[in-house]
Amino acid sequence: MEHAIEKSAVGAAMTLEYDIEQDDFSRAGEASSKIKKLLKQLGIDSGIIRRIAIASYEAEINVVIHSNGGKITVFVKSDCIEVFVEDEGPGIENVEMAMTEGFSTATSAIRELGFGAGMGLPNMKRCSDNFFIESKLGESTRLKMVWSI
Amino acid sequence: MVIRDIAELIGGEILVGHEYLERDVKAAFGSDLMSDVLAYVGDETVLLTGLTNHQVVRTAEMLDLKAIVFVRGKYPPEDVVSLAKEQGIVLIATTHTLYTASGILYCNGLQGISK
Repeated sequence: MEHAIEKSAVGAAMTLEYDIEQDDFSRAGEASSKIKKLLKQLGIDSGIIRRIAIASYEAEINVVIHSNGGKITVFVKSDCIEVFVEDEGPGIENVEMAMTEGFSTATSAIRELGFGAGMGLPNMKRCSDNFFIESKLGESTRLKMVWSI
Repeated sequence: MVIRDIAELIGGEILVGHEYLERDVKAAFGSDLMSDVLAYVGDETVLLTGLTNHQVVRTAEMLDLKAIVFVRGKYPPEDVVSLAKEQGIVLIATTHTLYTASGILYCNGLQGISK
């Protein structure tokens, strides 16, 4: 998890990009919904799509509830799907702790909405073939998730 | 168990998705924590929950769930129902609590998810 995240559109047959607004809870998930539909149209295996949708949705929720906004970028390449989630915001103080199941910094208001159980990041890692995270405190968090196809 | 039987057993009102009542589900999961639903649930599962916001339907969409049961007499807002209609997800409302609705379904042969 110490790698610098590399983001390159080289070899991408298709690029999707969606802006994610902070605190827009009722719209959270729209980007992941669109990503899921597009991958379905491309004929990607439904089991892989499901894992991408879950991970992308978890990440999208995180951007909405924890950051000041961000974006999701998807590169569809010949041998893999890459999903990048980048936000501006407080960053993650201790990434190792944040990767622990049950660890959460979410407020009770977020928990009342059904999130903040501390399962998001571990679930993203479990759902993806490769998972990278880097965070600068007070600046940003970046995720890269990759699935072989 | 088909969705029609689930609705009948718990005296549920079908809010949307009448055309999908013959779909089969293999298991059920009850929770108000969508984080846990996303971490544990497979497809062909019905979700029982007391939460009625957009994210319940979005969660079901990402997991390819076929039906959601809202317990404790809670009704989702209109736009949440519209979202479910768009996504082809059946919504059922019951006055039973989560515990009772789950108990009735379990006693009638609908299992929990396998670990």
